[in-house]
Amino acid sequence: MASSAADSASVRQAWNDPTAEPYIRIEGVTKSFGDFVAVDDVSLNIFKSELFCLLGGSGCGKTTLLRMLAGFEEPSSGRIFIDGLDMCGIPPYQRPVNMMFQSYALFPHMSVEQNVGFGLKMEHRSRSEIAGRVGQMLELVRLEGFGKRKPHQLSGGQRQRVALARALIKQPKLLLLDEPLAALDKKLREHTQFELVNLQEQLGISFVVVTHDQEEAMTLSSRIGVMDHGRIVQVGTPKEIYEFPGNRFVAEFIGSVNLFEGQAAAEQDEDGHLCFACPELERPVHVARGAGPAPQGRIWVAIRPEKMQLSLAPPPAAANWTQGRVKEIAYLGDLSVFLVALQSGKTIRVTRPNVMRHDDQGITWEQQVYLHWHDSSPVLVSE
Amino acid sequence: MSAKNSLARLSFLIFGFAFLYVPILSLVFYSFNKSRLVTVWGGFSTEWYGRLFENQQILEAAWLSLRVAAINATGATVLGTLAGLALARFGRFRGRTLLSGMTTAPLVMPEVITGLSLLLLFVTTEQAFGWPEGRGVSTITIAHITLTLSYVTIIVQSRLASLDVSLEEAAMDLGARPTRVFLLVTLPIISPALVSGWLLAFTISLDDLVIASFVSGPGSSTLPMVIFSKVRLGVSPDINALATIMVSLVTLGVVIAGFVMLRRDRARQRDLQMALDAPG
Repeated sequence: MASSAADSASVRQAWNDPTAEPYIRIEGVTKSFGDFVAVDDVSLNIFKSELFCLLGGSGCGKTTLLRMLAGFEEPSSGRIFIDGLDMCGIPPYQRPVNMMFQSYALFPHMSVEQNVGFGLKMEHRSRSEIAGRVGQMLELVRLEGFGKRKPHQLSGGQRQRVALARALIKQPKLLLLDEPLAALDKKLREHTQFELVNLQEQLGISFVVVTHDQEEAMTLSSRIGVMDHGRIVQVGTPKEIYEFPGNRFVAEFIGSVNLFEGQAAAEQDEDGHLCFACPELERPVHVARGAGPAPQGRIWVAIRPEKMQLSLAPPPAAANWTQGRVKEIAYLGDLSVFLVALQSGKTIRVTRPNVMRHDDQGITWEQQVYLHWHDSSPVLVSE
Repeated sequence: MSAKNSLARLSFLIFGFAFLYVPILSLVFYSFNKSRLVTVWGGFSTEWYGRLFENQQILEAAWLSLRVAAINATGATVLGTLAGLALARFGRFRGRTLLSGMTTAPLVMPEVITGLSLLLLFVTTEQAFGWPEGRGVSTITIAHITLTLSYVTIIVQSRLASLDVSLEEAAMDLGARPTRVFLLVTLPIISPALVSGWLLAFTISLDDLVIASFVSGPGSSTLPMVIFSKVRLGVSPDINALATIMVSLVTLGVVIAGFVMLRRDRARQRDLQMALDAPG
């Protein structure tokens, strides 16, 4: 999983600064269509120059939330502020926001130049100014010389860049992108992801991106808001979301994970570990304890596949390991995936990077193996 | 495939074409008949075409029909577009079902009833308000708009239903108010549907005999009415000539339309190739 390009350096972590004024403030917004609640009491702050991703499966309300920011839907209750202004009742054509549509929505009867210049034409700018700025935008998205073409004379990637140029030409403070890369093939998508991040950093405007692709969200964003059934389930940097999922849904939705049900116990050993007995594992699980109170009730121990190690000899420790039989091995080039069946019948997924060209341990199918992990690897999640 | 089988196919084909075109071809053939008797061949002549263009009654009726058809088509296109827009884009407003039912009613209503009800309406309004003063071109046009409006509405509505709403949203997002969105984005994209709606309304009006008979007045006979009254007294050869001219015009129109569509198809294929060749 690539870590975020943006959180590394340039973006000041405004969301950790209590004095920072959010650029977009969503306060208790609910949107219902008849009996169906698409967005359920969402509150969210998004800051200047942030690249924020709304991530979730289809029908989770992420697109509806985006359309409320653009002004195509009015919230049933709650309020939205952009740059301190209440957006209630303000039509899309008066908002300081532009949107890039999933279908790109290029006007088929206009040339590339006319498409890109449309926003300026609506502002009644002079013809020479429009021509100049259209030229600049086409240069920015590397489409010089394509100005006279019609949208149907362009490839998918070129159309995507035209849509981007058209949405950026009015220099909006906030750009909304609805599944911006969904229509591109894999190779082009990876390339375009980094281009989008660069462009966002270069222009310094806020991006709100809707996507169902977690890898895309991880690559692009400074922060991710995970949505499920109309609610925001967790907000955090890609690393926080992946390493410290807030609940079972987030742990399962982002990446793959092995979950073991257990009962929370107040027991602690002398090193300050929380101790659990999971029926599906033979040995107890010891979890290094962070700050925070000990969890209560039914919990799950979540361990990522890459945080488990395989060995042929039993580990010396008393806890944090189990054994099983190798059922499947998938060689993916950069890493191998092992599916290991435990004695309880549960199948566990373990990944191992192929550092060496030849596997020196020589683990093969139907072999008895031991799985062990560090006490900092498991995460406790509730329902 | 056996020879017998292919022979059967060929004869079916010939029969099919004959069924469709022999009546028209015989009409064209007899329009060049010298004889006054329609079904007796008396040698080749273009005499009836000359006669036709001397017949003031037919020329006036043709001119009247064309004017009515053109005004009707334009009016029906404007009103039908507005109705189609309301049905396809304004969501669920009060009275939507009523509007949709009323616009399509003339499609299923027998023409005799439409004609009769319009005649009653015109007579009543004349008595009540003094309008329309007698019946004529204006009442025929209004009656035809009532009829053809529904065709245009359905064409426009179905075109709008298949039009990606995000195109209009994108225009709005870029700062266009609803009227500009309609004029700059929606209208140009649905214009082919408007053209076909206009042409359909034009031909329906040109073709109509029943409704026009009800609502026309003295001195305002349309071409179908004149032809029908002449035929009732026996078919005269100049009607054949008139029909031949109309058939030729229609054929010419169809051929031109086909040619334009073929060229557009080829251009589209060329564009597609160009897009595929383009890098990135």
